[in-house]
Amino acid sequence: MSQFTINLLFVGASFALYFGIAIWARAGSTKEFYVAGGGVHPVMNGMATAADWMSAASFISMAGLIAAGGYANSTFLMGWTGGYVLLAMLLAPYLRKFGKFTVPDFIGDRFYSKTARLVAVACLIAASVTYVIGQMTGAGVAFSRFLEVDKDTGLIIAAIVVFFYAVLGGMKGITYTQVAQYCVLIVAYTIPAVFISLQLTDTFIPAIGLFSEHTQSGVPLLQKLDEVVRELGFRDYTADVDNKLNMVLFTLSLMIGTAGLPHVIIRFFTVPKVADARWSAGWALVFIALLYLTAPAVASMARLNLMTTIYPEGPTANAINYDERPDWIQTWEQTGLIQYEDKNGDGRIQFYNDTPAFSDEATARGWAGNELTVNRDILVLANPEIANLPSWVIGLIAAGGLAAALSTAAGLLLAISSAISHDLIKGSINPDITEKGELLAARISMFVAIVVATYLGMNPPGFAAQVVALAFGIAAASIFPALMMGIFSKRVNSKGAILGMLAGLGCTLVYIFTYLGWFFIPGTNTLANTPDNWLFGVSPLSFGAIGAVINFAVAFIVSSMTEDVPQDVQDLVESVRYPKGAGGAVDH
Amino acid sequence: MSEHTQNQENYWKANVRLIFGCLIVWALVSYGFGILLRPMLAGIEIGGTDLGFWFAQQGSIISFIILVFFYAWRMNALDKEYGLEE
Repeated sequence: MSQFTINLLFVGASFALYFGIAIWARAGSTKEFYVAGGGVHPVMNGMATAADWMSAASFISMAGLIAAGGYANSTFLMGWTGGYVLLAMLLAPYLRKFGKFTVPDFIGDRFYSKTARLVAVACLIAASVTYVIGQMTGAGVAFSRFLEVDKDTGLIIAAIVVFFYAVLGGMKGITYTQVAQYCVLIVAYTIPAVFISLQLTDTFIPAIGLFSEHTQSGVPLLQKLDEVVRELGFRDYTADVDNKLNMVLFTLSLMIGTAGLPHVIIRFFTVPKVADARWSAGWALVFIALLYLTAPAVASMARLNLMTTIYPEGPTANAINYDERPDWIQTWEQTGLIQYEDKNGDGRIQFYNDTPAFSDEATARGWAGNELTVNRDILVLANPEIANLPSWVIGLIAAGGLAAALSTAAGLLLAISSAISHDLIKGSINPDITEKGELLAARISMFVAIVVATYLGMNPPGFAAQVVALAFGIAAASIFPALMMGIFSKRVNSKGAILGMLAGLGCTLVYIFTYLGWFFIPGTNTLANTPDNWLFGVSPLSFGAIGAVINFAVAFIVSSMTEDVPQDVQDLVESVRYPKGAGGAVDH
Repeated sequence: MSEHTQNQENYWKANVRLIFGCLIVWALVSYGFGILLRPMLAGIEIGGTDLGFWFAQQGSIISFIILVFFYAWRMNALDKEYGLEE
């Protein structure tokens, strides 16, 4: 059987499963559509949250980032998990007790202001739309690579699949589909990692293999990796970083941003009780950790495998001949994601870190520059091929990558559609809309959101990498602080909250645009995006944490100078703090 | 819930204290051991590298899981202790 047939089989079978679930879990009421009826078991919800959270970025890109950056990129591992601690303790149980459908619902009621609710809707839509573009593009790439169709056709297939189960099933359909998608993606991620860990370290748990002995050389794996990359002029894999302030702030921005992303928060509205919301956050983290503990192992092992493929006799001996390169390099060369240029004309592939510090040694070895460029994003997808694993493993990776992209896209689309139908239409434009009408509005807005996301996925606005920073910046600087103050302070009033959100958001946007271009239009940036130009060495990607601090500060100062919070709102704050008396997620 | 009782106030104070304690550990394992204090832990070797590297790539994540479950268990017990459970 050809690789194409196997891929088709795996992807087809997983899609049939998602469709089956969607038909079985059709949503009949707004409560089922928005919060899956409020009756999802905490473990099940944890699994769905994990699939919702782990996107194409976690599945495809993260291990590649860590492989390239080593210790310095541990920030992604800590940042994308640590947010769940904040979520579990500072937001989830209280918002579950509040018992309505959306994040702007809470902000509007707590800050007794339609303006606050609309600002929250705007932040939510901006953060979710920017985030969903990346998912659609990721799904398109995975389709085109594995099903051998062009990228746009792949994207349209992805859109139709999401449309079918998200519009039909709402949160109920999405939740149960995500449980299935979690199983697919975790199996797809783990199996190749187990094989590779066995090959390199004789340990079948990759997370333990990372800190075990490299069988072939008899030294610890990480030490071996450090030695190999050092010989080729790269930084040690485990080397410490100099700019610790930026590392701390970047991690903090990712954590606060994670806790403030609306599609993750609304998942905690679907469990029956406050106590379940607490457990559910823990289960979500367990299911996320299964992938996140494996990712650093995949990263280091793939980096070592890549090096030993190029330098089979070791880094001090000759590199392999281009004519003898393995099949996977040829496959990926066709996509342009691996590029080779024989600069010194010896027919071999010299792959090293082309820096002034290493130039003497490179010249001595007769090298005329680095000859191989490898796109970081292919690492996880090419991993089974690099390690010579059977072809069904590659089919599995294809299904897993698609599951990761589609589950996140569906969650985001639901967050967007509920903000439009529930907060905008029912909350502001037409409060008398019937439940049937609202459900229809929700489905239509989901349809529109999918069309817009597909269009943007086909014509990405040229800033796909930066938009993730933007999404996290917005969530960290606006949504998280507003929610937290709404629960933990009775003093913050509507003026404080609105000005706080706008100030946090404004500063973050200005800082990001200053370095990355105004509205991301290339060439319009005021200052070059280099560490020398950054204020106190803080990169634009790390600014979300500072935006959050600004939000808190402005909100407290403004509130202390303006009126007290009305008694009935203070009572509302009281009521979300105590679990007693919570009903299901209520209609209103 | 309009009347504000001493019992509720004590419950909330206990919750805030618990959160505060958990967040100190949260910061210590990630920003502390994983980033800022890594040079201090450089002497402790683990699997070809140092303890700080382990905390940054795995230890912090494992600690986060323990923290969230510990918090859920303590809070659910506090709910009952103060008679405020659902």
